[in-house]
Order: sequence, then structure tokens, then C-alpha cells
Amino acid sequence: MSAGVDLDHVCADFGTFRAVDHVAVNIRPGEFFSFLGPSGCGKTTILRMISGFISPSQGVIRIGGKDMKGQRPNQRPTALIFQNLALFPLMPVWENIAFGLEVRGVDRHKRRARAEELLQLVDLPDAADKAIAQLSGGQKQRVAIARALAVEPQVMLLDEPLSALDLKLRQHMRAELRAIQKRTGVTFIYITHDQGEALAMSDRVGVMSQGRLQQVADPREIYNNPANGFVASFVGENNIFTGDIQGTEGDLARFATASGTFTARLGPAVTQGMKARLFLRPEHVRLAPGSGGANSIPVEVTDVAFEGNFISIHARDAGGQVLLAEARNDGATAVPAPGERLHFTFDGQNAVILTGDTAARDADT
Amino acid sequence: MKDLLNRYGLLLTTVFAVLTGFWILVLVVLPNIYLFEHSFKPYLPVAELGGPKDVYSLDNYLTFFRSPIHISVFVWTVVYSALVTVICFLIAYPLAYYLSKVSARALLPTIFLLLFIPLWVSEVLRSFAWFIILALKGPLNASLLGLGIIEDPVRWISGFRGVIIGLVYTYVLFMLFPLYNAIQSLDTNQIEAAEDLGAPWWRTHWRVILPHAKPGIASGSVMVFMLSAGSILVPTLLASTNSRWFTEIIQQWMFESQDWNTGSAYAFLLLILCTVFVSVVMRVFRVKLSDIAK
Repeated sequence: MSAGVDLDHVCADFGTFRAVDHVAVNIRPGEFFSFLGPSGCGKTTILRMISGFISPSQGVIRIGGKDMKGQRPNQRPTALIFQNLALFPLMPVWENIAFGLEVRGVDRHKRRARAEELLQLVDLPDAADKAIAQLSGGQKQRVAIARALAVEPQVMLLDEPLSALDLKLRQHMRAELRAIQKRTGVTFIYITHDQGEALAMSDRVGVMSQGRLQQVADPREIYNNPANGFVASFVGENNIFTGDIQGTEGDLARFATASGTFTARLGPAVTQGMKARLFLRPEHVRLAPGSGGANSIPVEVTDVAFEGNFISIHARDAGGQVLLAEARNDGATAVPAPGERLHFTFDGQNAVILTGDTAARDADT
Repeated sequence: MKDLLNRYGLLLTTVFAVLTGFWILVLVVLPNIYLFEHSFKPYLPVAELGGPKDVYSLDNYLTFFRSPIHISVFVWTVVYSALVTVICFLIAYPLAYYLSKVSARALLPTIFLLLFIPLWVSEVLRSFAWFIILALKGPLNASLLGLGIIEDPVRWISGFRGVIIGLVYTYVLFMLFPLYNAIQSLDTNQIEAAEDLGAPWWRTHWRVILPHAKPGIASGSVMVFMLSAGSILVPTLLASTNSRWFTEIIQQWMFESQDWNTGSAYAFLLLILCTVFVSVVMRVFRVKLSDIAK
């Protein structure tokens, strides 16, 4: 059983600060939907509004088509997994999982049986009588998921539940969460600032900035066809050039920058005269000797970082702009050395001109 | 110790150590040892001190067990101290929950100040104030009559009523602060998680907040109980003709009968029996001593 969630122009105000600004999206039943954005973008507020801890100051939230106005968290068909999990440390694992059933008056014997069943589902058999403190981070994660599933929610809300885990476990739990979601068919709404998580797990991603939904699309679309400068710069790495649109031709435009004039694709609703930037993913860049012709910049390689599966190359053009290229570590590509003078070239179809602010880069993104 | 030396130098450190030692040894330990020793000695005329009758015995302690009246006073003292503890808990728990999880942070200093101010006034004065408030023609009856809640003035200070009211008022904060600390340390997400899983408010309290607050409840209860059972001022000032407190009997032995030996024996009995009672209650509620010390 799963339900869709409609956010119908939802706003949340704290005093004069608008944390969530007219967010409108229909999350489909059974969908794995992620809200992706930097901290403070309003994504957690959205989650708390769906679960019922905060009331929207404007707009309507519908779950399964039903208006949730005035419904307390304990009356909603949602289950929230907290960032710190909020397991009850004084109850053994099985009582944690069965808490929602206990509340509903299910008898002890049935509760215990259901808890065991759920422990099987989250791949944690034999943990029923353990204390919470005895579990590892990943095991606690699974108990939290089981506890939320026990109440048979129609919508599961997850507030960055993987952020406390180490990288290896995080990657494992991504796949696990995705598998549990598919197995149960419950609608998952996932909050994260980690683009990798959002892209890897979700059916669709909603990218947020400053309380507004910037783009809603499937992960491929978000990465390949970002709607604006914020989405492009927040999701994935970019070479960004500031400049002016000189002329357009179909969906292509000539874009004049300090590093040269390039041909690039026009982003959605971008027209001549707008303040715009050119975005280019580092994996779409070729670094090669000789003259490049169109969309080519002479550069000097400054730094080469070996990342394992790929090689990250920093270069600098005549104007001093730092450019980033990535080469696959497939053995066939020649790896340039620092100091080498090469041409930085790209295909105009892979570069896109977008408007809007870029995301501030910090350690999280 | 080395820290102290470095910070205050040899002279000041010695002064601190001597003063603390004097306080503990001369003002606390020695008097207790003295009383303890005398509690085993008979009460004799001066001429017979050191004579053949001046030998150690358990007679003073047995006096208590041979006196049904004293035993009954002791039992009622324990029962009413326990009642005071329960009433203090019932008042302090909602208040502690409100202060730690509901009220705005900015209000807390003001609320705590308001709670603390009465503590600046001496216990004697506060008890006298209650004596006046509770008097038959006092302000409480006058207000209740004026509001039409009662038709005839209530004799508040009768039976143990006055004592209970006075003790609750005097010791409720000793329950409030440990409870506040305990509840405050609970992760608010746990309360929200319980609600999110469908729990009504009372079940969240019963299953999540109360179990977490248990050490605070235990230490608050032990304090209120021991202080109430050992209180002399309130039971004396707010007493009625038939509310005798065990401490009053100790006082009578010491100051009216001039029999310090039996008085000491009674004092130690109060301490021992109350400790036993508290230990039994802690065992029943499965509280460990280490929980209380937290």
C-alpha cells in the first residue's frame, strides 16, 4: 500500500524568513523521490511539514489525495526516519521495531512475530533481543528502517539517514534502501545534500535552493540537462565561463568569454541579452596537443590528481582561469604531466548556457 | 592537589585543606561518632557515670521497639514523607517537562529566577507564612470563601494536612531540578519519533520520557523523602494536635527529657530505617545507586 504526496504551492515561514517558497510537486505512489539541496535550503522543513510536525503557512499537502491539514504526526500514514535515527535506547531492538504496533494495541505475541519478520526483511536476524547500544551504525540504520516499516506507512520519509555512516557502508546502504523500497512498494521521500545518493537511488530528484524547487526530473535529466545555473553547479563538477550571448542559431548560440568565443547549447528559456554562464562537465573535455580549432582553449596543465577510476586534471588558460578535465583511467588515454601545454577542447552539444546563480561550493557539495 | 598548589600557592592551599578538614572532621564526623557512642550508653545521674552501671548496651535502641506509640509515629512519618514525595513528583514532573521541552528558551532564566527567589527566604519564615496562609481566618480561607468555592472555612492545619502542605512547598524544588536535568538530556527527536509512530501523548511519556527520567525521579525522590522524614521545623510549626513527626520525638528525648543517649539512638534509628526503606523502594523500582549519582 502506498500513497502519492501532493505539495500544492506549499510555503513555510519562520517569522519573516520564508524557509519554503511555493513548492509544488506531485510525488507518485511507490516512487523514490529525493529532495536534494545544500543545508538551509528548506528540504528538512518540507519533510517536517509532510510528517506533520510543522504546518505550512500557505498551500496544501495531500497524502493519497487527502488534505492533511490539522492532522497530527500520529494520525498521518507517514513514518519518518530521523537523521540521528532516534531509536529508543532503553528498549531492546524488537520493542523498538514493535513500538508502533504496541501503540496500536497489537498483542505482545503478534508484535514479537512481526518484529522478527521485519528483522528478516532488513537482513538483521537474531538481533531481536539485543540492546540498541550493542549495534553498529549500519545495524541501527536497519532497525530504524524496520521500526518505520512496522507501522505499514504509505509514505516513508527519510532525513539524511546515511550521513553518519562511513563511505563504504553508505554505498552499501544506498543499494539496500533502494531494494527495500522496491520490495515494499512504499513511497520514499528522501532528503539529502549528497548528490551521489540522490542520483543513485531516486526515480526522480527535486533540486532545491533557498526554499524554492529549482528542477524536478529523473537523475539523468538533472545531470545532463540542468534547468539553471544552480542545478548545474550543485550537481556534479563544472567548468564555468561567464560571458555574453553573441548570436543564436537554432538551439545553439555563440558565447563570448574571456577565454574565447565558443559554440554551446542554449539552456531552457535562455535568450540573448540575459546574464548567463556557460557550463561544461569535465568528463566532456578532451586535452590534446596541437591546434584545436573551434571550442578550443590553449592551456597549461597545473596539477594531475590520480583518483583511481579516473584522473582529474587541472589546467590554466592564458587569462588565468582554472579549468578542469577528467580522463578515464582505461590505460588507453595518455595522462598529461604538469607543465605540459595542450588544447582544451569540447563539443558544443556538451556545453550548455544557463542563467541563475551558481551554488556556493563547500565541503558538503 | 597539584593543580591547587600551582594555582593558589602553598599557604592558601594549606588554609583550604585545614579548613575543609576541620569542617568535615570536627563539625561532622566527630559529633556523629560522639552521638553514636553515647547512643549505646545508659542515661545515668552524674554520680554514677563511670560506675558499674555505665556499660554499653542496646537498651536505648530497644526502647523504641518496646514503645508502640513511637513505632506508630515512625511509621506515619515514613508514610507521610512518602506521600509528600509522590505529591512533589506529581507537581514537578509536568513542570520539568514543560521547562525542558516546551517553553521558549528565552523564558527559562526568568522562570528559574522566579522559582529560586523563595529559596532566598529562610525556611522558618516560609513556614510561618504558610501558618498564616492556612489559618482558619487566614487569606486562603478568605479567598476561597470570597470566590464562593467553599461555604465554611476549612481547618487546613488539622491532622497531617498542614505538615504535608508545608513539606511539599519546602522541598518541591529538590524534585524539580533533578527531573529537569533528566528530561532535558532526552533527545527531542525521540519524543517526535514516538509521536510519528502513532503514540498518543500519554504513551510517549510512559514509554519514552519517564523511563529516561528514572534516574532523576530516583534522586529527586530520595532527596525529598529523606529531607521530609528528617525535617523538624515544618512539622513543628505547621503541626496540629495529632500530627506527630518522628524528629519531634528525638527532640523531646534530647531537650525535654535531657536524655541525649536515647535521643541519639532514635536519631540513628531514623537514619538506618529510612535508608533501609529507600533501598527497598529502589529495589522495587529497579533503580541502581549509580543511576542516582549520574
